[in-house]
Amino acid sequence: MKKKVLSIVLTAAMMANVLAGCSTSPTGSSGSDSGAAGTDSAAEGSTIKIGVFEPKTGENGSGGTQEELGIEYANSVRPTVTVGGTEYTIELDWQDNQSDKTVAATAAQKLISDGCVGVIGGYGSGTCIAAGSYFADAKIPAIGTTCTNTNVTLGNDYYFRVCYLDPFQGTVMADWAIDQGYTEIATIDNIGNEYTSGLVQTFTAEYEAKGGKIVAAETFQTNESDFKAILTNIKASGVKAVFAPTDYLYAPLLLNQAADLGLDVQWIAGDTWNNPVITEDAGDNAEGVVIDCFYAEGGNEEFDAGFKEWINADSSRLEANLNSDTIIGNQAMCYDAYMVMLDAIEAADSLEGEAIQAALKDINVTEGVVGGAVKFDENGDAEKNTTFILKVEGGEFTYVDSVTHEE
Amino acid sequence: MQKNKKISKNFILTVIAIAVLIAILGFLQADSINYSYAITIIERSCIYAVAAVSMNLMIGFAGQFSLGTAGFMCLGAYVAGILTMPVEIRDQVYYLYGMAGWLHDIRLPLIAALLVAGIIGAALAALVGWPVLRLKSDYLAIATLGFSEIVRAICGWDGLGSITNASYGLSNIPAFKNVFEAVGICAACIIVMLLMIHSSYGRAFRAIRDNDVAAEAMGINLFHTKQLAFVVSSFFATVSGGLLAVFLRSATSSTFTVALTYNILLMVVLGGIGSVTGSVVGAFLITGGQEWLRFLDQTYYIGNFQIPLLRTGFRMVVFSLLLMIVVLFWNRGLMGSKEFSWDGLFGIFKRRRKTK
Amino acid sequence: MSLAYLLQQLLNGLSLGGAYALIAIGYTMVYGILRMINFAHGDVFMMAGYFMIYSMAVFPWYVSLPVVIAGTIVLGVVIEKLAYKPLRSAPRMSVMISAIGVAYLLENLANYLFTAMPQSYPQIDILKHVYTLGDITVSRVTLVAPVLTVILTVLMIQLVNHTKMGMAMRACSKDQNTARIMGIKVDSVITKTFIIGCGLAAIGSILYFTDRNTVQPYSGSLPGLKCFVAAVLGGIGSIPGAMVGGFIVGVCQIAITAAGYSVFSDAFTFVLLIIILLVRPTGIFGEKATDKV
Repeated sequence: MKKKVLSIVLTAAMMANVLAGCSTSPTGSSGSDSGAAGTDSAAEGSTIKIGVFEPKTGENGSGGTQEELGIEYANSVRPTVTVGGTEYTIELDWQDNQSDKTVAATAAQKLISDGCVGVIGGYGSGTCIAAGSYFADAKIPAIGTTCTNTNVTLGNDYYFRVCYLDPFQGTVMADWAIDQGYTEIATIDNIGNEYTSGLVQTFTAEYEAKGGKIVAAETFQTNESDFKAILTNIKASGVKAVFAPTDYLYAPLLLNQAADLGLDVQWIAGDTWNNPVITEDAGDNAEGVVIDCFYAEGGNEEFDAGFKEWINADSSRLEANLNSDTIIGNQAMCYDAYMVMLDAIEAADSLEGEAIQAALKDINVTEGVVGGAVKFDENGDAEKNTTFILKVEGGEFTYVDSVTHEE
Repeated sequence: MQKNKKISKNFILTVIAIAVLIAILGFLQADSINYSYAITIIERSCIYAVAAVSMNLMIGFAGQFSLGTAGFMCLGAYVAGILTMPVEIRDQVYYLYGMAGWLHDIRLPLIAALLVAGIIGAALAALVGWPVLRLKSDYLAIATLGFSEIVRAICGWDGLGSITNASYGLSNIPAFKNVFEAVGICAACIIVMLLMIHSSYGRAFRAIRDNDVAAEAMGINLFHTKQLAFVVSSFFATVSGGLLAVFLRSATSSTFTVALTYNILLMVVLGGIGSVTGSVVGAFLITGGQEWLRFLDQTYYIGNFQIPLLRTGFRMVVFSLLLMIVVLFWNRGLMGSKEFSWDGLFGIFKRRRKTK
Repeated sequence: MSLAYLLQQLLNGLSLGGAYALIAIGYTMVYGILRMINFAHGDVFMMAGYFMIYSMAVFPWYVSLPVVIAGTIVLGVVIEKLAYKPLRSAPRMSVMISAIGVAYLLENLANYLFTAMPQSYPQIDILKHVYTLGDITVSRVTLVAPVLTVILTVLMIQLVNHTKMGMAMRACSKDQNTARIMGIKVDSVITKTFIIGCGLAAIGSILYFTDRNTVQPYSGSLPGLKCFVAAVLGGIGSIPGAMVGGFIVGVCQIAITAAGYSVFSDAFTFVLLIIILLVRPTGIFGEKATDKV
């Protein structure tokens, strides 16, 4: 009997499953119905939604949470957009992609059916690649913040991005290593991670072209925590520098285990290592680490001061930023992505995805952004040719150099 | 006479139910952009339902605790992904390894690609099953779990980069044309498995589940029957993996971890081990449930007061607690080993009326 | 390939193997008595890592050690009482599923309580002392791990073979019903088994995480599976077997990774498992089991 009641409840639940999906969509898109659907009926609440596609949980949870702060701050600086003479308040629609590609698809669909006008995000190339085709099909423009893998925008007319790409980043770091006189180097690649593999590949190509030699090309698997075997190999190879552009998660592990093994080398990494977790967890072992980064503090005084004040104004923001008011490069990129999105909406003077996409293609934002002018090439990638080299000194990421690379 | 009438009544109800379902899907499809979220949930649930039923076939009907589902799904995702990816985009996707020449120009329509995937999966199952199925319960579980990890490692191995694109995975896989295609293929898979379960093979499965020694004495070839169940179950697990790749429009080995197998196992358990409709319901409830509970991840304020507990991650805690409650207090699952039937449905209403 | 290199890699493997062995003993003892794979054991080990982080924030290390071991034991016993005991008469499959459910719950709980961010594991100074001998550099924990594992294993064998409690455990693992008739309190024996298993997991977690410096919600799941493989390899139910299995898995993993096939380091563990199961299904030290009709 109990079971039968249940079976009925369940069938009802199944139907509800179907219906829940339907009912949420229209209500979800109310107030922004002029968005994705493209109908030009006057919006009643005059708010529009901009989707935020970031990992809040999972392996990149911390990076995504920090990026959200950048977007939130940008929203507090510029909370409205004017289209067709009407001022619309912008509502940010957060969706957590859990750093997981299957969840990314659902999160993307949720943003689409919520009627988002545009999407900003995210941290981690894999999830962005997974979500990209959904945005393209729904004709909703997305601006990538720090997803540096080539495939995010390649062949996708609706995905743009404000940061530079892996080939650029890899090349710059390889040049830097050569310039510093490291003729032999070891690389560490994370199998199954688009970001790391992409950087290692482009780094290797440039480094070898410049006459350097990769002495040890070590790999590890996602979720690995024991690096002693590969670090011992690197130690045996006798190199003086290691290129390890992993997710920030692995950085303290690599640094601390290397110290345990007496491996004393110059660590070179990519933008992901620009994270307070590293200096906090690796302490002295992080000293001297060199990374490249989208933005260095001091690049725009006004932004730095404003952002720090905003972070310190609320303890929960401070906590989300790992109890520090240090600005990481990713947050500057998020700020820029948001500004570019709004500029495009205003330039298009429309809330229609296709119009905004067309506007993004021609846009050239020089003011209001903090990480350099934004102009997209035919793939939708911002033409950025400057990166900032930072070095850990005294537990802080300090600016060393900026490198401009001409093709 | 009475019986005939009943059958025809049930038949009509079934037809109506199917018609209603098609109508709902048609309604969603008509405005597919606005309802894309609902459509995603439905498609994902259907695909997991195929995987769950295939697992149930092995665990619930043949009584073999096999946990290799994720491995077969991984295989299916790669095969189907490679075979359906548009030829003109392949060089772009394989930009690092370059796609193997013999494979480069082979492209199949979705159904054919899924069939090829399924056949490869079944062949692999026959090969692996030969040694592995000799193991019993826990050992079988851990061996198949290990097998699934091995498949995953091979798919992500850079040595096979020109075929699988290794750690970069596949992308730009063409999506389902519409929701009918996705739901239709899934429904067809489940119906074939249902037919199998109701055939004499299905009875043999249940015989070895309930008492293998007795079944052997009755003249059932224990090993062949296990092998058959494993091959069929793997065929459909592989197909569901292929469907998942088409649904996600990408395939990467890191999707198919042990956690995916556990997730599907929980669907089977929730629905009831040994009930096909149960597995379908389980797939819908778990996939949908994770979405319905999304509000638990948001922080709410009443004035300045923040509602306690609600913050990122709470949803999954509540969800896993609910699952534990089902496992502990309803350990036969929601449907037990029964199947859905109209009579059962009406039985509840009738009895309810009586008690009133 | 120098001798120093080989020795260094061997030490890496033995230190990892030591931690694996301690967790594997927990698996093997629970399996011996309950005939169930405690899938949640790896996650209990992960929780022990978090307990250490929080207790070190308050207490000095010598107070933290017993606190962490006690905390882990309480967690393990609570899991046993809530999730496994009600299912004692249910089919074996249900208990296994319940264990998978607990593992899922613990991972999500850790994700919620401690966030997905990896947390820094506190450094116990006396374990982190670094020795340098020519080209070989090792931290003290690398040396302590295998030695401590062997000592604890010998203690466990003594406990099981030469005490009254051990006798009761052996009786329960042979035949629970008969043991009950003979006046053995089966439930209390099971609780004691979990106490020992979780205590060892807590010690294993200290060795493991001190070497690795960070804890995150998923750091328990894969090591957990590997330790189960180690237990099967050694012959499930056998304590020396679990130790040997743990060392074999640890050393093999390091060897495979060092050879540049890190993609297969997990897979190889399972290949080893399948081969062992086919050649000698009861593992290296396992007793021959008879099928009950």
